[in-house]
Amino acid sequence: MRTPPGISEVEFSTALQAFANVVGKEWVFTSDEDLHTYRDAYSPLRNEPDERVASAAVAPRSVEEVQEIVRIANRFSIPLYAISTGRNLGYGGSAPNYSGSVVVDLKRMNRVIEVNDSNHYAIVEPGVSYFDLYNYCREKKLKVWLDVPDPGWGSLVGNALDHGVGHTASRFRNHFDAHCGMEVVLPSGELLRTGMGAMPKSQTWAQYKLGLGPVVDGLFSQSNMGIVTKMGFWLMPEPEAFLQGKVMVRRYDDLHDLVEVLKYVENMAIAPGAPEMASPLLGAGGDTKTLVDIFLNGPPQLDRNHSELIAAAELGYSRKLEQYGLDNNIPYWSFHVSFYGPRKVVEAQWEAVQDIMTERVSDAIFQAHDVVTDRDEAVRKAEVYAQNMGVPNLEFFALGTRGGGLPPTRGHLFFSPVIPQSAEGILEANRVFNKAVNDIPLLQQVPMFNLRPFSLPTAFYERCFLLVLGFPVLDDPAINKATVAAFRELIRIGAEHGWGEYRTSPIFQDQVMQTYSFNDNALLRFHETIKDALDPNGILSPGRYGIWPQNLRGTKP
Amino acid sequence: MKKVLLISILALSLTSCGSRKEAADDQAKETLAPQASAGKQVFDKWCAYCHGKGERFPGTVSLAVKYGEDLPAALEEREDLTPETVSLFVRQGVYSMPPFRKTEITDEELAALGAYLSHTENLADDAEGVVPPELQ
Repeated sequence: MRTPPGISEVEFSTALQAFANVVGKEWVFTSDEDLHTYRDAYSPLRNEPDERVASAAVAPRSVEEVQEIVRIANRFSIPLYAISTGRNLGYGGSAPNYSGSVVVDLKRMNRVIEVNDSNHYAIVEPGVSYFDLYNYCREKKLKVWLDVPDPGWGSLVGNALDHGVGHTASRFRNHFDAHCGMEVVLPSGELLRTGMGAMPKSQTWAQYKLGLGPVVDGLFSQSNMGIVTKMGFWLMPEPEAFLQGKVMVRRYDDLHDLVEVLKYVENMAIAPGAPEMASPLLGAGGDTKTLVDIFLNGPPQLDRNHSELIAAAELGYSRKLEQYGLDNNIPYWSFHVSFYGPRKVVEAQWEAVQDIMTERVSDAIFQAHDVVTDRDEAVRKAEVYAQNMGVPNLEFFALGTRGGGLPPTRGHLFFSPVIPQSAEGILEANRVFNKAVNDIPLLQQVPMFNLRPFSLPTAFYERCFLLVLGFPVLDDPAINKATVAAFRELIRIGAEHGWGEYRTSPIFQDQVMQTYSFNDNALLRFHETIKDALDPNGILSPGRYGIWPQNLRGTKP
Repeated sequence: MKKVLLISILALSLTSCGSRKEAADDQAKETLAPQASAGKQVFDKWCAYCHGKGERFPGTVSLAVKYGEDLPAALEEREDLTPETVSLFVRQGVYSMPPFRKTEITDEELAALGAYLSHTENLADDAEGVVPPELQ
């Protein structure tokens, strides 16, 4: 029998019986077979002594059951670890930070509380996936669009709490910012509602975010201060039309103007859709649809001369490569952008983007799909990424399958530091990480994607870039071990330059939190002060995002 | 002079929009039709996003590479699957496909799925299948 650290089998059995009395014995899982399904399916530490594993799992169906589980955990000092759908793959999945924790699996709490297509919001429980809510809205013919991340099996609540992002307009892509109101079971078992939810009889829980007084919602994201049991989200009214365009420039130095336009048109709300960058000439980056096509079918074959020029380029540049692009009408840089609204508006927005770009780079090139007014048809034809129109699927998980022509993998990890949103920021990050790979043998030992020949950042978050480097998780424990070490090295190098991870897997959360170290880690110490006040017994998700309760602070793994 | 290259990829006429919308609605109704077996419903909810018939389903694409002409890539077209094989994959996972928990697919639903994919929903036989090497 697995037990939490420091808990005897007798004590644990008593606690498990108490959990069973609350949820029913069929919803308490302790067998190796069942606990296998709670492992991190993408862990690079799989089968290693330091793999993070649960001692049991318990699956409540209601808020009241969650409250009772938390009270029992306090009584027996049992560490809990809450998951929503457990599909945060690449970021820990359903496995706890602290081995031996009991996973509180909220998947059975899968009720759509409300979708309002007049005020355009939804209130859902943690077990509701993007697929679930999408199908619910379709079935009821509700006139709203969701903002969905790449994988549709994730939880709206869980994704927002882990700072996940989606693909539609900027005011919806940042899933945490798009939330409005939450309900939380505190570590004491007490129930809290934030925003207008704190006012009895309020009808505006999902309409006004701030309520009165300090806004505490952020305390429950990337943290362990409570178990969120309901969340409201603002949704996009179903637009009349969708338009996607592509802006392209021809020369290496045009990158500066391209990024300036990218920022301006998004921050001015002219172009609200996710601007996704690429280099057609370098065969690098690309909108997500292009990447998924590569995952499914392999990379496009380039002319041999072209490939050799790319290989010889430094920091993505050579005069010959640039000339090759000019001669063959292959743009150096591009970004996709999307528009939502009435046909007249999206067409005018697209025209404005073209004008603004042409003002800076007179020979810029533009392409656009025809205006989409039938989303089903556009999805069926698969010529636009479905997620750009709020339709969930699992196409992105072609990454690591045999489809791309490589052997299948056991998962992936993403190193994703926040870098400045500027051309110089992109170039500097490429300079630094390329030099690191050239200089540090460890970084040469592991497979890594999206660094060479040039790394284009993602712009799913407004006002910044995320430079995303990927690592496959393989069958070879030695390579996985080297990958973990390389990842840690990249975290260190990034932090030296002020580039911090926006989100990371539990095995790296302590290190990353330590990089946010201003004034002797004042931020972490603040988190710990709150943690100690709310959770004196340290029962809730110990170690989540580097926040350890007092009783484990000196002994954390 | 501004150079605009407009690519017409998604040209839609209003007439065709209407008929296609109806087709989509019909397809949705079919998916939700009460006559769909319990196993088919489990497949559509949990498996079809990766293992559906078509060219953009990661599981199907991967199995097409793996099996070539030897076996169908889409699971619903396989004749060699047994409930035991299906259960093993669902609960164990394979490569980047994670295992599925009982809070997602209950044992009862898994049995229905196994019967559906082994084409034994109305049969009580115990036909044997092949456990692929990576799970042996």
